[in-house]
Amino acid sequence: MSEEQIKNLEAQFEARIARDEKIEPKDWMPEKYRKTHIRQMSQHAHSEIVGMLPEGNWITRAPSLRRKVALLAKVQDEAGHGLYLYSACETLGVSREELYEQLHSGKAKYSSIFNYPTVTWADMGAIGWLVDGAAIINQVPLCNTSYGPYARAMVRVCKEESFHQRQGYEIMIKLANGTAEQKEMAQDALNRWWWPSLMMLGPTDAESIHTEQSMKWKLKRKSNDDLRQQFIDQTVPQAELIGLTIPDPDLKWNEEKGVYDFGEINWDEFWQVVKGHGPMNKERMKARVDAWEEGQWVRDAAMAYAEKKQERKEKRVV
Amino acid sequence: MSNKKNWPLWEVFVRSKNGLEHRHCGSLHAADEEMALENARDVYTRRSEGVSIWVVESKHITASNPEHNGELFEPAQDKVYRHPTFYDLPDEVKHM
Repeated sequence: MSEEQIKNLEAQFEARIARDEKIEPKDWMPEKYRKTHIRQMSQHAHSEIVGMLPEGNWITRAPSLRRKVALLAKVQDEAGHGLYLYSACETLGVSREELYEQLHSGKAKYSSIFNYPTVTWADMGAIGWLVDGAAIINQVPLCNTSYGPYARAMVRVCKEESFHQRQGYEIMIKLANGTAEQKEMAQDALNRWWWPSLMMLGPTDAESIHTEQSMKWKLKRKSNDDLRQQFIDQTVPQAELIGLTIPDPDLKWNEEKGVYDFGEINWDEFWQVVKGHGPMNKERMKARVDAWEEGQWVRDAAMAYAEKKQERKEKRVV
Repeated sequence: MSNKKNWPLWEVFVRSKNGLEHRHCGSLHAADEEMALENARDVYTRRSEGVSIWVVESKHITASNPEHNGELFEPAQDKVYRHPTFYDLPDEVKHM
């Protein structure tokens, strides 16, 4: 194809997206669109998969059967969400194995929030309430993104995710209304998860390298800073309602703007964690790689069994 | 790294209730059709989304090429006489 033909196709492509048409897997698309989508969707899928680890840590120690079934269901949903997203990613011609390889080798990123440890039961509450809360704010606009398979996966994910946040908040309510020790545990979890949750919505707009192009392709519908503000404005009253204090001395309602002003985010910490120096980066990756490698014989056995069954079937036909 | 083959890809279709058609809802990897069905149940019907599941290995699906959309679908556009509104009726005929 000549350069001019490609330019022409690109212009038509951009116009389709501008008209809110969806792009489907077999449609022509610019290479950069394909690559950007593989990157974002796989990062998203990896985050779901790695996100199971901090919570998996507490399944066997959930304080009641009610809490245990809920946590199990939530972690199972996350496996499902990872799967929807990997499948959507595969429609762009990348294999599942390549995607895993990128995660396991450290080439691909996942959400930095999962590199923090879950040290008490209250962390299950804080994760559901804050981390899933922030994730929902990030994900809802993606239900209208331009790439059809991604948008469809997100609709499914968002539908399922709202229980995740509610179950987390319910844990926090219970603890906040419990003994002094329980309330302290809830406050401590909020103290530790608040700032990482704000960071989870991504670098400030000034620092974000992908925003402009992603907006055009509807991979992003609101800027990181707007999403962060929305998250803060929605969460602060929820904390007040259950008598917990947001760990930010600069947090103040701004009457004029109708939003909360908040303190400086420690972006050095964010970049350290992104670069692999968070408290749990190594452990998370080790758990993930071990699970994959130790499961190899099961996958091989299943494949061998499937092939044997197929051979028998063919022999019988002859 | 194992030298064994990877699990193939399957497409999943779910009927949400009797009376409705099966609809494509996604895909997954599985070693064989039985496992594909079981995985589809766990992945796509965890909240009672279905009463029946079809799985088919993705490689068995033949799809039209969007580059041929012109010759495939455009001929239908100028055949308005296939639609009821093409035909003039007197106003007195209320329903037909």
